[in-house]
Amino acid sequence: MSKHKEILAQRVRDLRPSPIRRFFDLVESMPDAISLSVGEPDFVTPWHIREAAIYSLERGQTHYTPNRGTIELRTEISRYLARRFGLEYDPETEILVTLGVSEGLDLACRALLDPGDVIVFAEPCYVSYRPCAALAGATPVAVATTMEQGFKVTPAQVRDAAGNAKALLLGYPSNPTGVALSGDEMAALAEVVADLDLIVIADELYAELRYDGEPISFVAAPGMRERTVLLSGFSKALAMTGWRLGYACGPASIIDAMTKIHSYTALCASVTAQRGAAEGMRRAEREIPPMLEEYNQRRRVVMSRLTRMGLPCFEPQGAFYAFPSVEGTGITSQEFAERLLFEEKVAVVPGEAFGECGTGHIRICYATSMPLLEEALDRMARFAESRRR
Amino acid sequence: MDDITRIMKQPVVRDILHILEQDAHTTAEQIAERTGLSKRRVMRMIRELESAGIIRKYKAVVNWDRTGAERVYAFIEVRVTPERGRGFNAVAERILRFPEVHSLYLMSGAYDLHVVAEGDNMREVALFVAEKLATIEGVRSTATHFVLRRYKVDGDILEQPEQAERLPISM
Repeated sequence: MSKHKEILAQRVRDLRPSPIRRFFDLVESMPDAISLSVGEPDFVTPWHIREAAIYSLERGQTHYTPNRGTIELRTEISRYLARRFGLEYDPETEILVTLGVSEGLDLACRALLDPGDVIVFAEPCYVSYRPCAALAGATPVAVATTMEQGFKVTPAQVRDAAGNAKALLLGYPSNPTGVALSGDEMAALAEVVADLDLIVIADELYAELRYDGEPISFVAAPGMRERTVLLSGFSKALAMTGWRLGYACGPASIIDAMTKIHSYTALCASVTAQRGAAEGMRRAEREIPPMLEEYNQRRRVVMSRLTRMGLPCFEPQGAFYAFPSVEGTGITSQEFAERLLFEEKVAVVPGEAFGECGTGHIRICYATSMPLLEEALDRMARFAESRRR
Repeated sequence: MDDITRIMKQPVVRDILHILEQDAHTTAEQIAERTGLSKRRVMRMIRELESAGIIRKYKAVVNWDRTGAERVYAFIEVRVTPERGRGFNAVAERILRFPEVHSLYLMSGAYDLHVVAEGDNMREVALFVAEKLATIEGVRSTATHFVLRRYKVDGDILEQPEQAERLPISM
């Protein structure tokens, strides 16, 4: 057995196991619990998108596409980013279609980072940031953010942590906190980034899901276009998680390098998914607003209930998560999540899954139908009340 | 500014309408929570919407096929000779008063009025067409098409085969 372990590469053995592995198994063993512990929309992919994919199959479109993705989809992505975010990317040279942002992040890390290179990112954050950087051989350095600072990494924190760093990884709007950066906050970070001559990997998968105004991108901050790799996709805003499709945009030289890796390791993304997503890009303005409004209503319900439960929470401006503190209940976040699951059959994710500084918080996903969400929050309130007595 | 313009100008009034259109059972308290307004404000807005005739009534979407009860629908194309000065309205207003008429539309194209008639059985609908509708002065001809199955009604899919499956936990 131990011999088997030695077979594995050191980099892989060094990857930290998730602190919530046991909890993961618990939730999976209780399928009748109401789950607020998912990372994807409850909506099914809009029919127009599914129908376009079905049609492409009927027409026999079942072959490889160019490594970068179909020119149809890259053109639609380019137009969409121009319409929605005021960004300009050349579909021929500056856009790569990836297997979700997950692959995009892996490609960006491997294309940009050498062993020993430091990449800075803020925690709590999505679970793959540290592993992707580590698997590329780089040195990931986490900056802890707190609820008091709204879980937003400050320019001063970046300056302190990134003195000898090569890259900064930004994930806003954030999974798990739902926090988003304002244009001014982005501009302030951009200043430090330029000062320290950093490259930025901007994971903006949730950029469309914003409740405090029009969607914005870090790429639009002064001077950031030439030093930023923008990662985004279709999973969240267009409810296409299972299609495994995303895109990376950036300076041609970086996109070329990422395409080189992608051409050897993935060849290209699924042609069926690309046909569907092209339709999704054309219809973004029709498909997204109704889902966004529904999420926003749920967000208000979650915030109003958390306030009544006495669980402090920084108000999320994006994505579909809330990240309240459960420290006042006198038990750890892991215990809170386990007992809520056993006593009230509601599943939430303990915050430590997203970095050590997430301890004491839970992630609530409100991408669940309103009746179920209301029922789950009723149960959570009952549980919180029982903790107080 | 008239009443309706004033009512519709209020923020989130459209959200309230959408919520009630989806589920007329939603309480003022729930709507308040979802929209961020006070309960009292929501109740006042709903009263205004009702008295302005924007919310006409609250009713259930019934799938009669499930009850085993027979319910027959027919789409009837009606050609009409319009009346001087009143156009199609005079005939339309006579037709719409029959309880058998479920919906009535004035159409462009090959015929003039589109009647949706409902009844307990085909005979009842057929008799209504033959004895009442076709004999109205100004009605030149009718063509009746019986509905064999209702799949989607007023935006609601009656039998929902789609079942989304999500993992109970994902990051």
